[in-house]
Amino acid sequence: MAVKKFMYVNRKAPYGTVYALESLEVVLIAAAFEQEVTLAFLDDGVYQIVRNQNPKLLGMKNFSSTYKALGDYDIKQLYVERESLIERGLTEDDLMDITYEDEGDDWAEKSSLTIVSRAEMAALMAAQDVMFSF
Amino acid sequence: MKYTLMVNEGPYQHQSSDTAYHFAKAALAKGHEIFRVFFYHDGVNNGSRLSVPPKDDRLVQKQWSDLAQQHGIDMVICIAAAQRRGLMDTAEAKRQGLDAHNIAPGFRISGLGQLIEGSIESDRTIVFGD
Repeated sequence: MAVKKFMYVNRKAPYGTVYALESLEVVLIAAAFEQEVTLAFLDDGVYQIVRNQNPKLLGMKNFSSTYKALGDYDIKQLYVERESLIERGLTEDDLMDITYEDEGDDWAEKSSLTIVSRAEMAALMAAQDVMFSF
Repeated sequence: MKYTLMVNEGPYQHQSSDTAYHFAKAALAKGHEIFRVFFYHDGVNNGSRLSVPPKDDRLVQKQWSDLAQQHGIDMVICIAAAQRRGLMDTAEAKRQGLDAHNIAPGFRISGLGQLIEGSIESDRTIVFGD
């Protein structure tokens, strides 16, 4: 089977709607297909990977730890749009530590997150074969 | 060209299902192939056979069923999304010990792998959603 470049674009807040949770379910299944997988976080989607989430009072399941496990699924390309962070008063320090172990570098733990500009995000999108937007 | 379509919103509430349907019809009329239509999120509700809209409105679910029947389109409802929202075929209802099933003709319930496989097999994947 041919390897395609898949991008999962996350644009919505983690709670309030089910899109973020169900997007993650697609990503975890997709990992089994040995395709090139990239995640993008923009607009309110940047809230999905903010640290210290606590939706307990909402009666919702806190699924944010799943993002941290993505490295174990060999998903290590997570791009975050800088403008979306700035527009929401967020910085890189507000984001969870999402890492993977680099097998080519003696399993060193490296960050899966890359902050990119809106223009760089557009270029990344243009290079994909398949895009899913949630 | 070979297409896989993804429908992410429910019938009537949102136009995405109608738009996907019209796209599928137009593509088929031009000689293209619809490899698969995958229903996700509230889009799974497009596969309920118990929808009864007012007489002067379109029948969203039936439109899909008829299209599948006429053109042999593979229409897949995501099982995880369907379980959350109460969409059942006979096998799933039995497995869950439920007293009813409601899936419309032409739809089948399967996993998310069908979406990824469809996107690998198709020339284009188009997402119809919010």
